[in-house]
Amino acid sequence: MKIALYAGVAVLALFAGVAGAQAQTRDQIRIVGSSTVFPYTQAVAEQFAAATGGTAPVVESTGTGGGMQIFCGGVGVDHPDITGASRAMKKSEFELCVQNGVDSVTEVLIGYDGLSIAHSQQGPALALTKAQVFQALASEVEVNGAIVANPYKNWNEIDPSLPASAITVFGPPPTSGTRDAFVELVMLSGCADFPAIAALEGDRKEEVCERMRQDGPFIEAGENDNLIVQRLNADTNALGIFGYSFLYENSDSLKPVAVNGVEPSFETIADGSYSVSRPLYIYLKNAHKGVIPGLAEFVTEYVSEASFGEGGYLSERGLIPLPAEQRDATRAAVENSTAMAAPAK
Amino acid sequence: MTDAIAPAFVATADLSSPEAVQRRKRRYAADLRLRIYGVAAIATAIGLLGVLLLTLVIGGYSAFVQTHARIDFAIPAEQVNPADPAKANWRAIVAQGLQAVLPEAGSPAAQRAMGQILTNNTQFIVRDAVLRNPSVIGGTLTLDVPVADPFDQLQKGVIRRDTPEENRRVSDQQIAWFDALATQGRISTPFNWGLIFNADSRFPELAGLSGAIVGSFYALLVCFVVSFPVGIAAAAYLEEFAPKNRWTDIIEVNINNLAAVPSIVFGLLGLAVFIQIFGLPRSAPIVGGLVLALMTLPTIIIVTRNALKAVPPSIREAALGMGASRHQMIMHHVLPLALPGILTGTIIGLAQALGETAPLLLVGMNAFITSPPGGIMEASTALPTQIYIWADSPERGFVARTSAGILVLLAFLLVMNAIAIFLRQRLERKW
Repeated sequence: MKIALYAGVAVLALFAGVAGAQAQTRDQIRIVGSSTVFPYTQAVAEQFAAATGGTAPVVESTGTGGGMQIFCGGVGVDHPDITGASRAMKKSEFELCVQNGVDSVTEVLIGYDGLSIAHSQQGPALALTKAQVFQALASEVEVNGAIVANPYKNWNEIDPSLPASAITVFGPPPTSGTRDAFVELVMLSGCADFPAIAALEGDRKEEVCERMRQDGPFIEAGENDNLIVQRLNADTNALGIFGYSFLYENSDSLKPVAVNGVEPSFETIADGSYSVSRPLYIYLKNAHKGVIPGLAEFVTEYVSEASFGEGGYLSERGLIPLPAEQRDATRAAVENSTAMAAPAK
Repeated sequence: MTDAIAPAFVATADLSSPEAVQRRKRRYAADLRLRIYGVAAIATAIGLLGVLLLTLVIGGYSAFVQTHARIDFAIPAEQVNPADPAKANWRAIVAQGLQAVLPEAGSPAAQRAMGQILTNNTQFIVRDAVLRNPSVIGGTLTLDVPVADPFDQLQKGVIRRDTPEENRRVSDQQIAWFDALATQGRISTPFNWGLIFNADSRFPELAGLSGAIVGSFYALLVCFVVSFPVGIAAAAYLEEFAPKNRWTDIIEVNINNLAAVPSIVFGLLGLAVFIQIFGLPRSAPIVGGLVLALMTLPTIIIVTRNALKAVPPSIREAALGMGASRHQMIMHHVLPLALPGILTGTIIGLAQALGETAPLLLVGMNAFITSPPGGIMEASTALPTQIYIWADSPERGFVARTSAGILVLLAFLLVMNAIAIFLRQRLERKW
């Protein structure tokens, strides 16, 4: 018993000692941020660790907003070096950074991510406009000039040319960055086509345009996109909303829905003709360059042609590469550690 | 007296009257119904468990084998400098190795498509093999290399050959190459040791659980080292020393309540206290272990108190009567006798902690790390969080690997519970 007691005390003392020593230095790169950027950062991290034989970077998926909070917490080994974001940094986040001493941040645009609406290969080919998607999924819609609770249960009630099947759409929950992007890119521009809604002002307009319906046809399927894929295979009439990489990986069982006449593909997302896409960023803390071993090399690997260029290993994972001149601009910003200016909003 | 009562009793309760027969029938029927309900409940529970296990096994068994291709890589001395082998162009050496067995590729695009048959990290696998054994420079190195996930899925029948080419991840040409490798006898599907011994990877064919297993081990170690002594000390005090008054009552009620607090609350506490105030590193097993310790502590205290209660008072009185002090009585007699019960409860508590996910997500133990942690301060994942990461990955191979990961976790839980049962049966003493 006594021996056990002494052993316990010794182990606890050891913990305390190790904890004290560890707090001073850090030899791996730490990365937080968006779950959309996560798979790409993962790919670069693994390539980097395998190629250099150095310590593997630690990549954590915290969501864009959560990542910004941790990233802007301060300068020093306790704070991460890079955060990924599926939207540009907001003004409030930039101010938080500056307030905590993180005043030199390089904004690195790494490429685009398409959001896709997809359904089973067995289902009929489908083309929707953003306005139709809005009518199918919003909690309130415009009917004959009046704004009423969404009455549509079947697609052909919205437009007679659409199939006579029930509206069933699996989508991401409100906590997801994919949901934010979907609302911004599809719902907001879809609701602009309706004069009575466009005439609304302020909060009320926001509410009508952004609220998803809660009466059944729109189903929040959790953060797990693989689950949505499985459900779409089980129900050929159902649609699902997720990142383009999931559609690309499952192209043998799923096919895309054309939005405003364009189907998502690498080409249509890169040239901007498929409009449901968003830019992806990583933000780099310049004060950590040269302090955290391998950080500069890691970012150089991230923006190398072999990684984020056309045919690079990130595009194999579903990232839509930037045009060549933009890639050069990104590389230059990384090399010169160009600090970003305060965002406008 | 008895003679007088017995006839009266028989007279009032006529067991053969029609009412009595009917009453009896009703009671027997109620008995039977209760028994049927019980059997039905057990059958439902076992049935659901069976369905769960069956879906996991059906979904996950394919991840326990991995398709490999045997390739002879020529390692020419003019391309690999023996003084610094790591510098060589290993990607080119891998491409040459493939082209030697499949001479059909012509254009650079076709060569790239051919290279996609093997896992993307083949170049590093070959490099490391040469670094380990530099004597092969100038000769040939024969290696069984995992094939890339789409071809693994093709071999396992998940990607079907009758799907139209444009809807499939592998082209007809690539399938022809793969089949050529198969007819040469180079394709094999051995047991997937990588699932246990590799760390995480973004490539399903390379991803394994070793990082998560080591991380879970460290977290449980911290959890045990903290919660076991603290739990026993608290329970021993409450049971043997503490006076019975309002304060100890309040403490007791709170400990019981603590055992029922949702685990995510402990995760939030860990995030706020251990990481933000104490400055311990995010994602480290020490933080995960401390959070799990908080969660396990009430369980251990309650179990220990019950085990101490089960030791008969005569043991205590005998020890005190022989002149032992209270600490001698507890340390020499009561605790050793209660130990089997305490250990059983502790192992069950640790098994619960092993399966706990929510608090670990909050302290960042769901990071992507391609090497197992070297200690309790290094970032790592744990088994349940690894499963969580895989469940969310787009690649096909991770669907099966998620189920396989759950099976491995269940196996660990089963072993821990078996140890607890073994300890209870072998060591526990009955009075």
